[in-house]
Amino acid sequence: MKQLRALGRGLAFYTGLFLVLGVFVFPFFWMAFNSFKTTEKLQEYPPVWVFTPTLSNFREVFGQTPFIRYALNSTIVALGAVGLGMVLALPAAYGIARYGYRRLAVGILVCRMIPGVCFLVPWFIVFRVLGLIDTYLGLVVAHLIITVPLITWIMIGFFEELPAELEEAALIDGCSPWGVFLRIALPLTRSGLASAAILALIFTWNHFLFPLILAGPKTKTLPVVVYSFMTFDELNLGAVYAAATLITVPVVLMVLFVQRHFVRGLTIGGIKG
Amino acid sequence: MTRGGRQPHAAPWLFVLPAFAFLIAAVAFPVLYTGVLSFTRWSASATEPPVWIGLGNYADVVFHDSGFRNSLLVTAYFTGVSVVIEVVLGVGLAQLLNRDFIGRGLVRTLLILPVAGTPVALGLVWRHMYNPSNGIMNWLVSGIGLRPQRWLSDVTTVLPSLILFDVWQWTPLVMLIALAAMVALPPEPYEAAVIDGANALQIFFHLTLPLVRPAVAAAAMLRLMDSLKTFDQIYITTQGGPGTASQTLNLYVFEQAFRYLKFGYASALLLVLFVLILASNLILVSLRRSEKA
Repeated sequence: MKQLRALGRGLAFYTGLFLVLGVFVFPFFWMAFNSFKTTEKLQEYPPVWVFTPTLSNFREVFGQTPFIRYALNSTIVALGAVGLGMVLALPAAYGIARYGYRRLAVGILVCRMIPGVCFLVPWFIVFRVLGLIDTYLGLVVAHLIITVPLITWIMIGFFEELPAELEEAALIDGCSPWGVFLRIALPLTRSGLASAAILALIFTWNHFLFPLILAGPKTKTLPVVVYSFMTFDELNLGAVYAAATLITVPVVLMVLFVQRHFVRGLTIGGIKG
Repeated sequence: MTRGGRQPHAAPWLFVLPAFAFLIAAVAFPVLYTGVLSFTRWSASATEPPVWIGLGNYADVVFHDSGFRNSLLVTAYFTGVSVVIEVVLGVGLAQLLNRDFIGRGLVRTLLILPVAGTPVALGLVWRHMYNPSNGIMNWLVSGIGLRPQRWLSDVTTVLPSLILFDVWQWTPLVMLIALAAMVALPPEPYEAAVIDGANALQIFFHLTLPLVRPAVAAAAMLRLMDSLKTFDQIYITTQGGPGTASQTLNLYVFEQAFRYLKFGYASALLLVLFVLILASNLILVSLRRSEKA
């Protein structure tokens, strides 16, 4: 009897778990599922569950637009913003963790709070004067506002966790602070570094607002391209689903890499602020 | 001892110099520039310079701008309701999942997806799910015997629909934060509570909840911060419509600047938005500080 009740409770738990997960995963399933339906099938009501899958939507996405070129744009901007973001953010995070510069930490946190629109108007004007509209450099610089705060705040936590004795010993042995930073602190926080980089990659890859205004025909990144499929709306519903699926696949892969540090990466800053 | 031995004290500020320079160039300067522009009327034209109109824009923002007032209300409604639901639901679900079960890691990965997914792609999917004529939402609600809705196309249902989208996307994050805090709790108080005959509800409200409160407060603050910034999801699904029914501050300012090209006026709005957001965040931070002390 007791065992039976435990079994029942376990069954109830897993059913509940399955339902909850179903709700949160369903839109992803629906996105991928629908990308194999023709546009005509997508417009049918009630929704179609059984159909012959077709790749025509994907063919259309690659045929109608230089999609690979746009994917390359997204990759260049994301890698550039994360790489340059590392150069700016890692020493800053180390300086804040080891030497205290709390005001800088707060200043960087403010970037995280302010909506992108607030930066966009002045940037747009300045970028136009400097000829940075529709350039990779302009987009990379704009996305630093996402990568620098994210990487800084994640890495402050990792640097603070390092035992200070190790670095003190190196300093006494004659290593310069930069030597300690480059040869001891960075190698010891490798796993943190990797998660910070991947998180920053995800958020740059996903970003829509900055390229919407600052990119042009040459540098358009994927979110803007996917959105432009939608402005034709119902006519091209199949291509919309295919494009949405294509942009999401790399994100899912990156999530698999960082899942252990993901929540921590997003909350730091919120927790300490 | 090597020759480098006497340099250590020269360098610390060099660590923060690049980031500091970046903040000045990319944040402080633009904000000041926006401040200057906010006293002008300018259509972003390259040939016609801005016209100085003093406090005119601010007077308009405060006294004459019904669009601004509408967007304040929309933002407050959208942010307030979605953050409350996300926190309550997130903590509740965390409590349910706070036990050992098969596939924990997989569950965590799957729950990260809504948070990490590309907002443009998710917005597209939700927009079609909400489509009144062929979306799956109407199929679902008719399945449980409710009337079909117009979802995003109706002034009365557009905000609840967007809130549902936001709740779907962000509840998992609150949940994962709360769950991490619950897993880290010490077992002893629980053993004592069970011995004293406390039931599950009492344990949750009198033991777990007070113990995880700091983490939950942090999650709520994080959500508030980001919820005020929401742009993509609303722009993709409704563009602020129908009419201005879902036009948050963010979208309103964006429209003034990049659709109507009122750069001077948009700058004044931006500065107001900037101050509002900074003030609300600072108030929250100091509230939490004083609570901790």
